[in-house]
Amino acid sequence: MIAECLYIEEDTVLKITKEEVEHVAHLARLNLREDEKEKFTSQLNDILLYMEILNKVDTTGVEPMTHAITLHNAFREDVTKESIGRDLALGNAPDEMGDCFRVPKIIE
Amino acid sequence: MELNQLTIHELQKKLKNSETTSVEITEAVFKRIEAVDDKIHSFVTLMKDEAFEEAREADKEIQRGNGGPLTGIPIALKDIMCTKGTRTTCGSHILENFIPPYDSTVVKRLRDAGAVFIGKTNMDEFAMGSSTETSYFGVTKNPWDLEKIPGGSSGGSAAAVAADQCIASLGSDTGGSIRQPAALCGIVGMKPTYGRVSRFGLVAFASSLDQIGPFTKDVEDCAIMLNAIAGYDPNDSTSVHADIPDYTEYVSKSIEGWTVGIPKEYFIEGIDPEVLSAVEAAIKEVEHMGAQCKEISLPHSEYCVAIYYVIAPSEASSNLARYDGVRYGFRSDAGRDLMDMYKMSRSAGFGDEVKRRIMIGTHALSSGYYDAYYKKASQVRTLLRKDFDEAFRTCDAILTPSTPTPAFNIGEKMDDPLQMYLCDVFTISCNLAGIPGISVPCGYTEAGLPIGVQFLTGHFEEGKLIQIASAYEKNATLERRRATI
Amino acid sequence: MEYEPVIGLEVHAQLLTKTKIFCGCSTQFGAAPNSHTCPICIGMPGILPVLNKKVVDYTIKMALATHCNINRENTWARKNYFYPDLPKGYQITQFAEPIAEHGYVDVEMNGGKKRIGITRIHMEEDAGKSIHDEHQPASYVDLNRAGVPLIEIVSEPDIRSAEEGVGYLRRLHEILVYLGICDGNMEEGSFRCDANISLRPKGEEKFGIRAELKNMNSFRHVQRALEYEIKRQQYILESGGEVIQETRLWDDSQGVTHPMRGKEEAHDYRYFPDPDLVSIVVSDEWIEEIKKTIPELPLEKRERFVNTYDIPPYDAVVLTTSRELADFYEETVKNCRKPKIASNWVMGDVLGHLKEDKKDIEGSPVSAVSLAKMINLIEDGTISGKIAKEVFEEMWKTGKEPKKIVEERGLIQITDTGSLENAIDNVLKTNPAQVEEYKQGKEKLFGFFVGQVMKITRGKANPKLVNELLKKKLSAS
Repeated sequence: MIAECLYIEEDTVLKITKEEVEHVAHLARLNLREDEKEKFTSQLNDILLYMEILNKVDTTGVEPMTHAITLHNAFREDVTKESIGRDLALGNAPDEMGDCFRVPKIIE
Repeated sequence: MELNQLTIHELQKKLKNSETTSVEITEAVFKRIEAVDDKIHSFVTLMKDEAFEEAREADKEIQRGNGGPLTGIPIALKDIMCTKGTRTTCGSHILENFIPPYDSTVVKRLRDAGAVFIGKTNMDEFAMGSSTETSYFGVTKNPWDLEKIPGGSSGGSAAAVAADQCIASLGSDTGGSIRQPAALCGIVGMKPTYGRVSRFGLVAFASSLDQIGPFTKDVEDCAIMLNAIAGYDPNDSTSVHADIPDYTEYVSKSIEGWTVGIPKEYFIEGIDPEVLSAVEAAIKEVEHMGAQCKEISLPHSEYCVAIYYVIAPSEASSNLARYDGVRYGFRSDAGRDLMDMYKMSRSAGFGDEVKRRIMIGTHALSSGYYDAYYKKASQVRTLLRKDFDEAFRTCDAILTPSTPTPAFNIGEKMDDPLQMYLCDVFTISCNLAGIPGISVPCGYTEAGLPIGVQFLTGHFEEGKLIQIASAYEKNATLERRRATI
Repeated sequence: MEYEPVIGLEVHAQLLTKTKIFCGCSTQFGAAPNSHTCPICIGMPGILPVLNKKVVDYTIKMALATHCNINRENTWARKNYFYPDLPKGYQITQFAEPIAEHGYVDVEMNGGKKRIGITRIHMEEDAGKSIHDEHQPASYVDLNRAGVPLIEIVSEPDIRSAEEGVGYLRRLHEILVYLGICDGNMEEGSFRCDANISLRPKGEEKFGIRAELKNMNSFRHVQRALEYEIKRQQYILESGGEVIQETRLWDDSQGVTHPMRGKEEAHDYRYFPDPDLVSIVVSDEWIEEIKKTIPELPLEKRERFVNTYDIPPYDAVVLTTSRELADFYEETVKNCRKPKIASNWVMGDVLGHLKEDKKDIEGSPVSAVSLAKMINLIEDGTISGKIAKEVFEEMWKTGKEPKKIVEERGLIQITDTGSLENAIDNVLKTNPAQVEEYKQGKEKLFGFFVGQVMKITRGKANPKLVNELLKKKLSAS
């Protein structure tokens, strides 16, 4: 099993390109240096190639499992709880002003 | 024996008989931490002042005759469980200074049970890793051999128990993060059924897989810890409304007549021969105790790692989006605009492994790839769960190695993420299926490194899990050693 | 070429729960910034959401009122995007399996009815509020609104004009408010609307390229923005250009829509099932329970008012603008059995005074029963319509019963011929010049005499009787 896991064919196609890595990094709000882009492209490729083994499984008509345990209807009643107050709410804020979290200007 | 070397149940007797006090035990524990933690680095944050305050309080309670099984017992917490007023870092730069304004449910429960919290333990950043090497706060070392990793991601909690820096600890297990380090550190570690222990206040890595569980010196202690933390929590919608038995009643019970499944997919080439022979010996021991061991098949086992490394990063990519430098956590000052602020804060705040997983997960969920990765993996997960349902129709428990190899060298797998991921090959299925699992020591390599055997049972059958683990622990002819540090 | 607009509307309505959708913080509007927050709605590490049951109750109510199918098992998803007022970096919403689908509402258009389809209704959490600094390169985030429960109601692209769009919105608004699940306050953002709009040559099946319109904060904005956008797209198409698929903001002061300033990215929300929340299973019993709480809706009520009370459709519209007002009217009618007179009083004096006092019908100092009693006094001839106005004023000011006011002030109508004749004689005697002029043909003066009689009887004279007697006297003398 382990041996199989590590077996990657030499001539397989690229699973993810550098441009896609750049796009994904942007979606995830990460900056990558040029050398990091190279490194991550190659590592992500290895990992995604490994995922290919999932395609061996016929999953026609199989329900996806989204939770480890099947539960439903977990509710709370509409009853007010004390809020924590501004000091604790803003206590960890890197920047705040006038009871608000302050951020660089949002442009709409 | 020093006080810090004893188990919960041993100390409990001493406390009850006024042979010692919680303050004395706490002193012994901190003495040990001061002596060895420079070398091991189990802890990120110590809570010495609070600990002694709690210990004094516990002693008063015990004097009044009110103490429970955990009253006055020094316990360490993986630094992923929120502690009101004490920073909770998740081993990350991005949460280096985060002080939660609330307690996680497990912390509240242990507090109510009278436990003494001594500190927060080191871990792989956001629990992403199998070696406790990805922490922003440095590497934790294996108390049996300081050149080796302690396993991960709850390496600090495992090392702290193995090195007698605390009596017991809590970890979290998403793909083996309790059982794998327990095996590599020669102690007991359990991941309960998903939904058995509240996740409220556990900083999320992969929400459909994460579960909190104990590290202890023996199985009886594991049952005591589980008694304290298990149970329904209205703050966690995925926690299960079900009666919790007294797990200590399963300790020392016979497993005669049980059927124990040995999945053939877990015994194939690639396992370290010393691990293999230790686990094979364990199978014989179990048979010797009157259980019947039979080969079974879990046909989708070979897909575990692939399923896991799609689902866990997908959930993580979303769970870790909140670290944006707005409300808490690290913010880079260098950003000129909002986009810059986001990217620079997150890039400087997260380590490589976290970034890698965020990117895998973002990719797996992104438009055009969702069906091929996330959905496909979730479907195969259904099939994997069915394998276990099928197996437990005829088996009381399943026995496997906990890990394919004993503890490896620090730095050995850091440059090869895929190799690192394969360390979890035997522990992941349990999280994917949502069932409980436990790792118990089952021997040593020639070099003196511990080896673990893993038992698995069906959903909510922690009682049976304790029963087989305890039976094995009590009856196996096994040499007991302490970590050599 | 003649073009036809194709419009779909997305409405976000804030539900009137006491607490947020996933935590116990208050939903009250207007609190100090970040004072209604907790670790859950701030999205702190380790927190988990727990669903407010009332949110589901209310959503089912709306779904039933708009003839939707309830999905008996529905689930939660995460919509991932970064924005400073989105605390977790994702919004908890429903995606693949919303709670309700395939409904409709009927909209009254120019006397007829037009059916507009509802694609889906789903529940979700609101984001916080960002406030932009005019002078500094900074924005400020207030999370009081983060986690407030919303339902999103998505229409089919069935709307063909600005009027239909507004008609549809008014109808949804009315239903939500009638059901008591949304306060409908557009200024405070409790009822918000975005539009998707495209044009296609009339008769064409295929949709054109659409623009998304945002920032419309009132019905009037929606009307104007849609009208503007129809013209804008028509102009582009007629001059051979192509509409760009983009988000445009309505600028009400300039009366135009313009593209968003910020770089608009192709969104990739990476929806996936939320592992922290379990599915909602809706049973028959649950649906039946909610059904019982659904009141008669405005459209049905209007039809019933016209049919049973025989009042003009216009009256029915006015009287059903709120459930409370309709109840007030019906209570009045029940106690006086004069539907049209009751309608006149409610629409005229009651609504007029409420407007002046800036009050809702619930705050009316005159109860429906008192109003009915007063109408009864007119009907049985105790007071005249004119005196009634005076009595109503007094009732409004003091809350006193009409009968008591009439008695205290001696306002009972004089219907006794004898005393009225005396009064008339008096008037004719003191105004001989006018009597003379009248007799010479200046008949306009009749009104003057009536006025004088009313004046000395302080309005209490029965006007009909005065007319009769006066005519008799003037022709006799």
